[in-house]
Amino acid sequence: MQKPTEKIWDYERQRRNRKLERAASALGASLRDKVVPADMAVQLLEAVIAPGDRVCLEGDNQKQADFLAKSLTQIDPAKVNRLHMLQSVLALPEHLDLYELGIAELLDFSFSGPQAARLARMVGKGQIRIGAIHTYLELFSRYFVDLTPHVALVVAQSADAQGNLYTGPNTEDTPAIVEATAFKNGIVIAQVNELVDKVPRVDIPGDWVNFVIPSPRPHFIEPLFTRDPAQISEIQVLMAMMAIKGIYAEYGVQRLNHGIGFDTAAIELLLPTYAASLGLKGKICSHWALNPHPTMIPAIEAGFVKSIHSFGSELGMENYIAARPDVFFNGPDGTMRSNRAYSQAAGHYACDLFIGSTLQIDMAGNSSTATLDRISGFGGAPNMGADAAGRRHASPAWLKAGEQRRSQQPGIPRGRKLVVQMVETFREHMQPAFVAELDAWKLAEFASMPIPPVMIYGEDVTHILTEEGIANLLLCANAEEREQAIRGVAGYTEMGLGRDLRMVENLRDRGVIKRAEDMGIDKRDATRDLLAARSIKDLVRASGGLYQPPARFRNW
Amino acid sequence: MTIENLKYRFDNGTTTRGVTAIVGVLGSGNLEVLVEPAALGGACEIEVKTAANGFGAIWHAVMKDFFARHRVGDIRVSVNDAGATPAIVSLRLDQAIETYLAQGRTKK
Repeated sequence: MQKPTEKIWDYERQRRNRKLERAASALGASLRDKVVPADMAVQLLEAVIAPGDRVCLEGDNQKQADFLAKSLTQIDPAKVNRLHMLQSVLALPEHLDLYELGIAELLDFSFSGPQAARLARMVGKGQIRIGAIHTYLELFSRYFVDLTPHVALVVAQSADAQGNLYTGPNTEDTPAIVEATAFKNGIVIAQVNELVDKVPRVDIPGDWVNFVIPSPRPHFIEPLFTRDPAQISEIQVLMAMMAIKGIYAEYGVQRLNHGIGFDTAAIELLLPTYAASLGLKGKICSHWALNPHPTMIPAIEAGFVKSIHSFGSELGMENYIAARPDVFFNGPDGTMRSNRAYSQAAGHYACDLFIGSTLQIDMAGNSSTATLDRISGFGGAPNMGADAAGRRHASPAWLKAGEQRRSQQPGIPRGRKLVVQMVETFREHMQPAFVAELDAWKLAEFASMPIPPVMIYGEDVTHILTEEGIANLLLCANAEEREQAIRGVAGYTEMGLGRDLRMVENLRDRGVIKRAEDMGIDKRDATRDLLAARSIKDLVRASGGLYQPPARFRNW
Repeated sequence: MTIENLKYRFDNGTTTRGVTAIVGVLGSGNLEVLVEPAALGGACEIEVKTAANGFGAIWHAVMKDFFARHRVGDIRVSVNDAGATPAIVSLRLDQAIETYLAQGRTKK
């Protein structure tokens, strides 16, 4: 009888080990412990990346593995090609150069902010193939299922010779990426700003990291969440007043997440003034899943805030955060550790409210920031801005929203997350925020997407807030009422002008639509004087000089 | 850049004493609104100068709602617009008329 062929159970490990041997011979004496000099980066990448590999290049919302991105564009496409790139964020030109150079061909990602227009052009020319556009949590999840990286190129603040990494406050995506790669036969390479004898704290254990490269320059990092209070308009103040009085106070929202933008920055700056004057301190906004927005400083100083867990950090906020360990999640070394995966999970499951802006809302309440000439993705908004159907714990805000929903759609008692879309009816250049059909449909056709890229589905949205008032979609009995409730706050857009006046007045009588005056808000009070800080300098002053804004935000 | 001139007239307003009021600034995305008394037989006349062309229908709707909210007659309203959204226009109009009326109430 023939002996059965022996099954190999460690093929992937053998493959990794062969790559490591190739790296050792390519690097020779220039490799010391795990440290690779910057001028050998390209040789290292050519040794450990095989054609067709899945490569996770750390591009986060804020920090960028920019030196490794640049090095990757310099490898020989005759040796390494057809790469399948995995990235949270496409932020740098190099991220797309890879496809023009014939090094990469397939992309799975979450957000492409600054590269959105070029990405759309390249997709149009067939230069790049998109696997899917994910949410952050979705992409991290797939790293542990079917998109596990063969090679991860990550970025940290410092490392020691054994590969222990200190990420600093911008830990962001690094732990999720490294864990998926290191425990499934992958290779982890980190670029670091400095080599040290001992890292301030170990964010990534050295035995999960194969190589460390001191980069010639500190990594790029974007202060994405800094909003200058000087640019907040009176309309935004008015909308913030409605959010606080008409939604936060109404439901007693204690746990929440804010999107990026001046609309929500206005809310943050009204907490110590307007919200405090309504007696809401301690009753709303105690716990947050939020980046350390500088516009939160006055609310924190006023004692409004008990805790903030962050997806990433924010440039200039480091010393302030370190001085407020009761509020932020700071390590034994004193600096913050952020974590995008955990904070996204917190925003999805542990928050009672998400509020954010969008570019377009249709008459079913679906919203999207996709436009025909840009493929941008949505990052974390779809997870923040979705009712967590898996949630089981109750809170007063969650129960009240659920009760309102059941008043229209009877069912077994359960709660409901509050998902608020906050938009002015017209954006700049008179672009209407309310439309009959989202541009997402045209983009889906143009880019051959299986479904239109919707940021937040109408069924997940509970409130739409504009300068004209608040539409509470939980209280709508059917699709027709829902449409009229949306039109009823759509202002002078074509959709707003097309409202059924009688139905809208009826919805207002029932409290489905609320105007500022229905909430007891006098529009004349909506002035910038209500803002707890009216400039970046005010924020610095409120922080007692601890906040140190980047140069571009200093105008004094 | 051409400036569009739009004129509206709403009749049967209530004549209420007021004092000339000006609010807003002529900065980008903003506007300046002047409200002054005028013997117009109870009418409210509005003149808009705007650099953003082609939004006549929206201006008309905004002005109609403004008049419906306050119904103040014998006034002339002059609007100098630098690309403000309808939201800002409505807010400034409300601020201007409230200021006009408040000053009229305190005038001896």
